Amino acid sequence: MMLSGQITRGIPVTNDSRLSEPSQVDDHAERGVVVAGLNIFYGDFLAVADVDMHIQSKSITALIGPSGCGKSTFLRSLNRMHEVIDGARVEGSVRLDGVDLYGSEVDPVAVRRRVGMVFQRPNPFPTMSIYDNVVAGIRLNSGKLRRAETNEIVERSLRGANLWEEVKDRLDQPGSGLSGGQQQRLCIARATAVEPDVLLMDEPCSALDPISTLAIEQLMLELKQNFTIVIVTHNMQQAARVSDRTGFFNIAGTGKPGRLIEIDETKRIFSNPAQQATQDYVTGRFG
Amino acid sequence: MTTVLDDRSASVVGARRMSRNVQGSIAGAALLLGISIPNLLGDGKWGWVLVVTALSYVALIYVGSRALEGRRQATDRLMRATVTVAFALVMLPLLSVTWTVIREGVGRFDGKFLRGTMRLSPEELLAQRDGLAAGGAFHAMVGTLIITGLAAAIAVPLGLLTAVYLVEYGRGRLARAITTMVDVMTGIPSIVAGLCAYALFVIVFGPGSRTGLAGGLALSVLMTPVVVRSAEEMFRLVPNELREASYALGVPKWRTILRVVIPTAIAGVLTGTTLAVARVIGETAPLLIAAGLAQETNVNPFDGRMTSLPVFTYYQYVQPGIPTEAGVARAWAAALMLVLIVATLFVLARVLANVLKPKGLR
Amino acid sequence: MFSGLSRAAGINILIILAGVAAFLIVEGRTGIFGDTEEMSGSDNFLQYVGPLVFGTVYAASLALLIAAPLGVAVALYISHYAPRRLAQTLGYLVDLLAAIPSVVFGIWGVTVVAPILSGNLYPSLNENLDFLPFFSGTISTSGRSMLTAGVVLAVMILPIITAISRESFMQTPRLHEEASLALGATKWEMIRQAVLPYGRSGVISGCMLGLGRALGETMAVAIILSPSDGYFWSVLTNQNSNTIASNIALKFPEAYGLDVNRLIATGLVLFGITFLVNAFARRIANAGFSGADG
Repeated sequence: MMLSGQITRGIPVTNDSRLSEPSQVDDHAERGVVVAGLNIFYGDFLAVADVDMHIQSKSITALIGPSGCGKSTFLRSLNRMHEVIDGARVEGSVRLDGVDLYGSEVDPVAVRRRVGMVFQRPNPFPTMSIYDNVVAGIRLNSGKLRRAETNEIVERSLRGANLWEEVKDRLDQPGSGLSGGQQQRLCIARATAVEPDVLLMDEPCSALDPISTLAIEQLMLELKQNFTIVIVTHNMQQAARVSDRTGFFNIAGTGKPGRLIEIDETKRIFSNPAQQATQDYVTGRFG
Repeated sequence: MTTVLDDRSASVVGARRMSRNVQGSIAGAALLLGISIPNLLGDGKWGWVLVVTALSYVALIYVGSRALEGRRQATDRLMRATVTVAFALVMLPLLSVTWTVIREGVGRFDGKFLRGTMRLSPEELLAQRDGLAAGGAFHAMVGTLIITGLAAAIAVPLGLLTAVYLVEYGRGRLARAITTMVDVMTGIPSIVAGLCAYALFVIVFGPGSRTGLAGGLALSVLMTPVVVRSAEEMFRLVPNELREASYALGVPKWRTILRVVIPTAIAGVLTGTTLAVARVIGETAPLLIAAGLAQETNVNPFDGRMTSLPVFTYYQYVQPGIPTEAGVARAWAAALMLVLIVATLFVLARVLANVLKPKGLR
Repeated sequence: MFSGLSRAAGINILIILAGVAAFLIVEGRTGIFGDTEEMSGSDNFLQYVGPLVFGTVYAASLALLIAAPLGVAVALYISHYAPRRLAQTLGYLVDLLAAIPSVVFGIWGVTVVAPILSGNLYPSLNENLDFLPFFSGTISTSGRSMLTAGVVLAVMILPIITAISRESFMQTPRLHEEASLALGATKWEMIRQAVLPYGRSGVISGCMLGLGRALGETMAVAIILSPSDGYFWSVLTNQNSNTIASNIALKFPEAYGLDVNRLIATGLVLFGITFLVNAFARRIANAGFSGADG
């Protein structure tokens, strides 16, 4: 009850114009990510079953659910990162602006360039400077770049990640010297530097303190002007604060596959969800 | 914005992947080149076929990928092919050594070899001259057994106790000094260990002294650090809760070590010790210096030279006598024997680890 | 009581090591400063040991030059390219290479490697690249040259380079690898971006330990190399500078008088060289890993 109280108190605070104009993104129904009949396997084990979802362009979609429900697995299937694990595969389709990311002609490397990712724990390359971290992705994709160009990209990306003022005097120092929150913003700058269409965030704040978390959340609201954001979070208040739409994943029991129970406008999920399980979860009855 | 997006969506599809068929054709083409080029140049040995096939595959997969998939994918495929070829290349010596030792060694791997010594009677010398099998390595096997046994008898208790000290008691400067010295000992060239044992015995017993004991001592210098390292690692794996549980029952520390730490780690320790024996049993140089060469069986490690299998192998190969084939064949048979012993010890180490593990964790 | 016993064992290690150095110094001293009239050959110790040090370092460097790239490639294959289920077995196979006694490598080198190299590779190197001092001269028909010794030594030190590099490659945090892949890196780009920088100190210390082993390796060189007195750069001929270890193995059994002491003194020099190389390897390993974490 305590938890639900916090949430209902949390919603009015963030219930500003952003939440009351979700129809804006609905104009581009064909835009964004369309997931259809997606099954995700590890070897023979079905981890996530039968997901249909439309992730709207230039919005924030939060995925919530109890641990082990497959929301991170699902997230990683959106940029084919789950293939990194041996034996992982999918059935079904994930279309980005009409293109099936699992088409036979599609290169997972190219997919990841368009669908960037930020991880649970900040992971700047320890052997690289802040500068080199930001341009790490750019250097892969475009052979030779002039210094002026990369300088511009670095500044733009770091400004975009609200980190520029803090690090502009020490760009040549290792990224591992920054604080946890700064490191995570550096990782966001690194991911946005290659200008992806979609930015996946896998519990990006779970390793951070509340102040850094707030900074990242504010950043996300700015980033959605340019990127489609999908965030997995354990923190329901966070989902309520930042997201336009929220999807709830659940699992029937160990060994059973995770499923998408429902996805709707965040306001509805937290106030009046269609499913009883969602209601139980967001009011803190389990999970 | 729309145009940019469309541009990108094109790039995802545009990044085509080579199909399996194309990759298969490239491998086939490489094999074809590998077979035809050496034969056209008049040297169709299978070694060249392998080399040319591998190199053509690496080159073709790069060129093909470059044309179909672009620079980055081509580099990726080039490196994948290169490291795979490198691995295959490194397997060649292993196969070649094994095959050569078996092929050359099997000829004299007979009863005479296993029972006889190199103290040949005039009749045996004549038989050898006529190309018949003569002479054996029984004395060398006995020597190897005694010398390695001595080395283990010194190195195992010393190594285990040192490991116990480092893990259970060692703090401060002494422990750090010992750790460093164990590291230094690991790096001692084996021939230096032999020289050292020799020098010690010369100081004690006078010039020219070569005995089995000196050989065992030399090997123990090489073996001790290996035992310390592996035992230390195993003792550190024993969870601290087990020790604390024992202390909580009022068991004194030394009993805890004997009753809890060592039994828990025993599988790893025995495995490590077996591998340490396997490591030194093939050592030649230190025994050449410290134990020397004898033609017949000597079971007394305190007096007189004692031959071991590796030293026997060496001398039979470099001083094969007349006819040379007889000595060389004995050398290979001894090499086969050595490889078999080492292989057995390796298997034994694995078996020990598997058999003892559940008991140790009980 | 038990504490005292184990402590004594530890102290024993120190004594043994001090003993190694002490006996070598006691017996080697007269080899360095003793009357050269009573020794065969050179006028003074430096003149004697110089070519041997050269030969030792030359052979070991050749071995490292061949083994280092191969070892790193094999380590990468095992840690990142081979099917995960096979990786352990493949690593075990490479480790087996380290278990083969050096005397077996020696006779294998002369019987198998030397003819293959001198029959196929050496003539073309000699014809096409003889403007380089390394490949000039009359090639050895038996193949018992410096390069053959280098190749066999390379095979012998490969396992240790591979084992240590593989270990450090495998320790690359998954997070860093995924960070790279999520930026759209190919596998090789991921390895360059995340794995190689992380494993660099491991590779270097593995190579140094391999070098240390090659410097002290005795029997393979003693059996393969056909030695001469002096300094020789060419790696294809019958005239090669011997290594310290191989020289001891060849001369010691027949040596007497002060010659023995001189050989022991060269052993002391070898001990010094390997000690420095191994100490360097340990420093890199200790400094490197903590640096990469920080």
